[in-house]
Amino acid sequence: MSQAASPSASATPQKPAAPAAKPTRRWFILSWFQAAWLAFTATMTAWFLWTLRFLFPNASMEPPMTFKAGYPDQYEDDKVVERYKEEYGVWIVRLRTPKGVEIFALSTVCTHLGCTPNWLENEQKFKCPCHGSGFMKDGTNFEGPAPRPLERYRIVLADDGQILVDKSRKFQKELGQWDDPEAAIRFS
Amino acid sequence: MAIGEYIRNTQIWKSIFRHPAPRDRRNRVVVILTNFFLHLHPVSIRKQGIALSYTWCMGGITFFLFLVETVTGVLLMFYYRPTLEHAYNDIVSLGQVVTLGVLREMHRWGAHAMVITIWLHMYRVFLTGSYKPPREFNWVVGVILLVLTLLLSFTGYLLPWDQLAIWAITVGSNMARATPFLGHEGPGAKLLYVGTYLIHSGSDARYLLLGQRFVGEMTLLRFYVLHCIAFPLVVATLIAIHFWRVRKDGGISGPL
Repeated sequence: MSQAASPSASATPQKPAAPAAKPTRRWFILSWFQAAWLAFTATMTAWFLWTLRFLFPNASMEPPMTFKAGYPDQYEDDKVVERYKEEYGVWIVRLRTPKGVEIFALSTVCTHLGCTPNWLENEQKFKCPCHGSGFMKDGTNFEGPAPRPLERYRIVLADDGQILVDKSRKFQKELGQWDDPEAAIRFS
Repeated sequence: MAIGEYIRNTQIWKSIFRHPAPRDRRNRVVVILTNFFLHLHPVSIRKQGIALSYTWCMGGITFFLFLVETVTGVLLMFYYRPTLEHAYNDIVSLGQVVTLGVLREMHRWGAHAMVITIWLHMYRVFLTGSYKPPREFNWVVGVILLVLTLLLSFTGYLLPWDQLAIWAITVGSNMARATPFLGHEGPGAKLLYVGTYLIHSGSDARYLLLGQRFVGEMTLLRFYVLHCIAFPLVVATLIAIHFWRVRKDGGISGPL
């Protein structure tokens, strides 16, 4: 710009500007100093992220999400089986209904605040010790603060004829999901 | 620069740092005096006092390694369970199953390095005569820190719960049998006799250390608690005193 303002200056080639004593912006960005900070920051970020990953275990101590639970004829009508409650958190119920016999897997998690109810054989109901929610044998809530029925897990017959319970998929009655073919094993 | 000025003018920044940017001598002093961590350090020191050829930076490296041990140790605690059932397998899985298994190796090698550097730090302090008055109390604090570092190594040694660990602690703790008066095989133990011997294998210093007569589950738990909580707390407190006394006793080593 200044060259255009004075035509005499353009006639004589200008000497390149003497290197500034102060570090220029370009020098600062490209300097080894900057590269060192960049490398340090990158290393620290990598360590931080890797450490974050460290906190997620690669091996789980939990029981598997699916398990086999024997053959359907090993279950008695209208009985609640508590054998799988402690390890898997599941009641398996074989129930006679007007439409036929159903075998389904009930979650042992109370739908109120997540405590574990008890099956009371004498009173034929699930009763939660925390706040008194009660559920009927099919899982439907009928007393106490629980707002909705117990959830059911996916239950199918495996290739070998055994019952296979899959806790990774659940069915909720209030959403009409109990009619799903995999919400119960049905036969007449 | 505009961003730096903006940050320094926010209320968040000003509520934490109550001084302008440390661009002049006064504000550089204020930075040290108003910061909880920095105020442990001298406000100013002689240039010669921090020359690498003079200090070897061994105290600083030891402190750095202590920080490394603290960070990696806390992370290891997320996976390690001090029980007979789990201890050995948890250590193995820390190396083979968990992502970033090198953390456990860092903790181990850092511990070895810390023992070496703390000895070298002591050696340097001896060579430069920095133990002399008025620094003699800080020398004593340093000796206690040295002993605690060795105890941290000793207690950490047991935690992998392999054969090396169990027998090393068995042999090491057998020395406590010979403690004068307090070890049941030590000199004077038989003097504490009031109808029965007060000091026997179920009541002496070794029993106190192991929690039982042999290296077992009680020992593992005791060493774990000492290693992860008791000793680090004492060490951290003494380190703070150690640094603060460096300032109070005339700065980093050098003629007064």
